Amino acid sequence: MSRKIVLGFDDSESAKSALAFASGLAKVEGADLVIAHVLEWSPYSFLTPEELEERHKRRKEELDRAEKALLGPVIEELGQQGINASTELRYGHIAETLCKIIEETSASQVVIGRTGHSSLSSRLFGSVAGSLAQASPVPVTIVP
Amino acid sequence: MNNLLRALMLTPAALLLATAPALAQSIDERVNEIFASSTGWFVSLIFSPFPGTNFPWIVAWLVIAATIFTVYFGLIQFRAFPHSIALVRGDYSDPNDAGEVSHFQALATALSGTVGLGNIAGVAVAVGIGGPGATFWMILAGLMGMASKFTECTLGVKYRNEYEDGTVSGGPMYYLTKGFDERGIPAGRFLAVLFSIFCILGALGGGNMFQANQAHAQISNVVGDYPGWITGLVFAAIVFAVIIGGLKSIASVTEKVVPFMGILYVLTAIVIILMNADKIGWAFGQIFEGAFTGLGIAGGFVGALIQGFKRAAFSNEAGVGSAAIAHSAVRTKEPITEGFVSLLEPFIDTVVICTMTALVIIITGQLISDPNTGLYLLNEGGTAIQTVDGNSGVALTSAAFSSAFGWFQYVLAIAVILFAFSTMISWSYYGLKAWTFLFGEGKNKEIVFKVIFCVFVIIGAAANLGPVIDFSDAAIFAMAVVNIIGLYFLMPIVKAELQSYLSRLKSGEIRKYN
Repeated sequence: MSRKIVLGFDDSESAKSALAFASGLAKVEGADLVIAHVLEWSPYSFLTPEELEERHKRRKEELDRAEKALLGPVIEELGQQGINASTELRYGHIAETLCKIIEETSASQVVIGRTGHSSLSSRLFGSVAGSLAQASPVPVTIVP
Repeated sequence: MNNLLRALMLTPAALLLATAPALAQSIDERVNEIFASSTGWFVSLIFSPFPGTNFPWIVAWLVIAATIFTVYFGLIQFRAFPHSIALVRGDYSDPNDAGEVSHFQALATALSGTVGLGNIAGVAVAVGIGGPGATFWMILAGLMGMASKFTECTLGVKYRNEYEDGTVSGGPMYYLTKGFDERGIPAGRFLAVLFSIFCILGALGGGNMFQANQAHAQISNVVGDYPGWITGLVFAAIVFAVIIGGLKSIASVTEKVVPFMGILYVLTAIVIILMNADKIGWAFGQIFEGAFTGLGIAGGFVGALIQGFKRAAFSNEAGVGSAAIAHSAVRTKEPITEGFVSLLEPFIDTVVICTMTALVIIITGQLISDPNTGLYLLNEGGTAIQTVDGNSGVALTSAAFSSAFGWFQYVLAIAVILFAFSTMISWSYYGLKAWTFLFGEGKNKEIVFKVIFCVFVIIGAAANLGPVIDFSDAAIFAMAVVNIIGLYFLMPIVKAELQSYLSRLKSGEIRKYN
């Protein structure tokens, strides 16, 4: 079984840089990539009755979109480069879920982009990369 | 039924008759008059007392049902309480279902539909008319109501419709039709239609007019008196923007702020109660004594009992069937788990929040009693207990809270408006579900209902409290008449689900994930 690298991936610019970095790493080390995309979700949020009714449908749509628009093209591209890659598509708290994926896949390291979308919210609540760096069971590479 | 039809046909005539001499009156007065005269028959039908007594049959109906469910399911509300909390915390949720509606979310949404003016204004009405003793009966009704809620929400999930596109519709109209068919009992469809009609009326009454009415009372209490139709127009415009204009942001902001308002309300109540710690014993003394003697209130202890039961049912809606609509969307393989979760609702709503309101009103001495006899003094009409400033409804609660913290009336005003608004949004949904059940889905049909809903916001804000509260109660209780008949026929199904679930829980087949 070859080594595994988890890549925390979304549609941001820094995620693309992280992808480039991780695929280079995977080539050098002969490792497999696990492309993980986590949709932010809390089971303790508050929804209106209409949102409740449509939740199952929305979830399907969100998963479909992520699968087709986000993860599909990446897997194809990595395949052409000869890199073995699998995907993980989950709902949850982003950093916590990434840690769970790392444990489940017994990955040896994790790569993530320094998202920095909205500086205000990350200053208030801490960025995903920052919390991952603190909580991750394996070495973390944060790509700017 | 014949009476009903005749009265329905008479309504337009009554409207015209009432309008003619009223031209000179203000808009508010006219609305009130028309409203009172066109709904009176319905109110007296629902609240007619047992012959020779002043005990309304509908109150007995609800309490007997709650008692039967409590006994039939072996005090399920107490046995399953810890398990319910574990379910809400997500201990038994499959991590692969993340992103679906959780137990917590279903409960929170259902709660924001029920926690509202019933807890603030309704309790004040109960204590104002029925005295402190009403609190005792209210708590008892809340505890028993947990079993009714458990029954209806389990059925709501079990018999919901799941459509191709992944959306769900559930509620009494679905379990009445499908459940009755399954058991081979006739008339399920008829009951479902009847329920839907009452649900629409309930949505327009308690879920709408009562809310608009008390929101207006609260605002004019703070900023001074002004015509109700103005508040009505503003509210109607906002509701219109949300339910027709699809302005989701207002609704989702409200959904997020309401729980915090609820927590702030309870915390403030606790602080006020603790500030008067020396009177806690006395207050409970009043509650227990009043529960069995009435302490001189109109109608004696029966009056206290009726008020307590009525306001509890109106506040937590147990047995009414509305919550079954909200709870139906949860993602679970076991319908019974939603029943467990839903039984927390009357507990939070009535046993915790309503009791807080009642305690604050009693403890801050809003109700005037004769210092010599200890009995409460009645107002001139003999209809309610005298209060410090002659307040009733939400104004009484406001006076009680602001006697301790002057600024709280402003917080309460905001809370009332938000609670009123979130309850309206929830009920517009319940009403809509009943409407589409009757008339079929479709954009135009839905808009017709939504426009009617907005018009009733204005009527509710302009009318007086008395007729509005009577009609609201009547419509909501009418739902309970139909719903509870259904529950009696379908409760063996819930029992089978319960036994199967409990045995699998014991054997470890149903396991904790966290």
